[in-house]
Amino acid sequence: MRKNKLAVFGLLMLVFFVLVAIFAPVIAPYDPDEIIEDETLPPSWKHLFGTDDLGRDIFSRAVFGARISLTVGIVAVTIAILIGTLMGATAGYFGGLVGAFIMRFVDVMLSFPSIFLILAIQAMLTPNIYNVMIVIGLTSWMGVARLVRGEYLKIRELQYVEAARAIGCSNSRIIFRHMLPNAQAPIIVAATLGMAGAILTESALSFLGMGVQPPMPSWGNMLMDAQAYMRDAPWMAIIPGLLILITVLSLYFVGEGLREALSPRG
Amino acid sequence: MRRFIVRRLFQLIPLLIGVSLLSFFVMHLAPGDPTALFTDPNIDPVELARIRANWGLDKPIIVQYFYWLGNVLRGNFGTSYMTGQPVIKEVLARLPNTLLLMISSYILTLLITIPLGVISAVKKGSWFDNLVTFLSFAGMAMPSFWLGLMLMLLFAVRLDWLPAVGMYDPLLRDPSILMRVLDVAKHMILPLVTMTVLSLAGITRYQRAAMLEVLNQDFVRTARAKGLPERVVIFKHALRNALIPIVTILGLSLPGLFGGAFIIETIFAWPGMGRLGVMAIFQRNYPLIMGIVVFSAVLIMLGNLFADIGYALVDPRIRYEKK
Repeated sequence: MRKNKLAVFGLLMLVFFVLVAIFAPVIAPYDPDEIIEDETLPPSWKHLFGTDDLGRDIFSRAVFGARISLTVGIVAVTIAILIGTLMGATAGYFGGLVGAFIMRFVDVMLSFPSIFLILAIQAMLTPNIYNVMIVIGLTSWMGVARLVRGEYLKIRELQYVEAARAIGCSNSRIIFRHMLPNAQAPIIVAATLGMAGAILTESALSFLGMGVQPPMPSWGNMLMDAQAYMRDAPWMAIIPGLLILITVLSLYFVGEGLREALSPRG
Repeated sequence: MRRFIVRRLFQLIPLLIGVSLLSFFVMHLAPGDPTALFTDPNIDPVELARIRANWGLDKPIIVQYFYWLGNVLRGNFGTSYMTGQPVIKEVLARLPNTLLLMISSYILTLLITIPLGVISAVKKGSWFDNLVTFLSFAGMAMPSFWLGLMLMLLFAVRLDWLPAVGMYDPLLRDPSILMRVLDVAKHMILPLVTMTVLSLAGITRYQRAAMLEVLNQDFVRTARAKGLPERVVIFKHALRNALIPIVTILGLSLPGLFGGAFIIETIFAWPGMGRLGVMAIFQRNYPLIMGIVVFSAVLIMLGNLFADIGYALVDPRIRYEKK
């Protein structure tokens, strides 16, 4: 019950952030990229979160930053789930040499400190928002692949799969039409937690200057600017971090709630 | 046991080839050329070709890879583009600083996480358990670099208790060993706390779950039924079994800890392998990047291997070999 309350709280927060992201132009009182005021003003009624080192309104930047950070999270996790499900389903359903090869590849990918791999790829490409989404997606599907493979190994022995095969269904039909719906619960949980991870990764990348590029605001690159003004404008560092924390925490609560609701063992 | 270890060590070879091949191709297939960073854009093309040939950049990628691999097998990881020093020397110079941070963080994590997880599980549903659960989630949800910045803001900028960055005080005149150790310790506190919070949260959740599972088992009920004091039941019967999965999770959390080290060392200007790696990436210092990738991969794989061995040592039910 306590878990449910947290999950509901998380869901409400997420809906709130999604609405903020969608209606960003209506909510933001100023142009996020325009210099409208003196530099590093502390929070006030006129500028709820203060102004940054260039004199831009941090509240407006944070509102538009929600758009960027959430979009990166959603797209990156979609890529990761698609690849992970495909790899895991193939490995689990066919097994044998193909399965072994895929799982060894997963092992290789997991032997990197992933942030290092992502940074290296980003440095080679031009860092921009599209590359951030793609690269995070391409380097975070391994957990999903292991999970889906495990599910498929279990499901593959069930009678309805045998029945589907007996009436002559093609392999791809069995994999996607018959088995996938029965493996989707853990995938949904993994997607929620994966989105949390993607948002954290984006913020770290942008913080190091290898992610979303200024002047486009993301919560991560707002923190990059803040680092040099810790003494005089600590709000520049505190606010974007809190927003990341609340968003990721909400995703964890929703993910845990879903895990509990969807798992048959209770 | 020995045969198992030898077999596992041999299995690392294809894995390492995969890791190095993948990173080699990712880096070299990308557009752009490392020479551009070090040379005058108006350089004489003949001179440029000479530099490229000197670095082996004029050959096909697959040839470059085998050339690199051949050298690595002979213990030569190439030289850093920036300093001209052997990569192995640069990495080995920084590795102890990273290991100091990581091993201290491991020890601190264990010292905190075991009591927290156990009390949380034993008093399931209490305010203490709720608090620990909430804080664990918050710890997992926090970007590590932001936590680092906040600690820096509070303890270095506002309170001025601790140094914000670096590992040594350049103005320290006292040459005695004790003072130097204290100096490093003082510089280490903030990065260490950041790194520990990062791993603490997840492992505490894990320890709590493991303890809860053990507490539901028959042998715990038997121990209680035969009238043993609760203290003995928990610490002698339950805890010893709940510690087993922690051995595994410590191995599995290594890649995350390494990933954390890259960012945490960068913020705190800690002269370790992680900071070196981030700098190498920004400079497109291919040989250095490759060296660090291989070193971290080896350490991660050895960590996993030790976890498996440790697992077998602490749990007599696990046998990796057929009788």
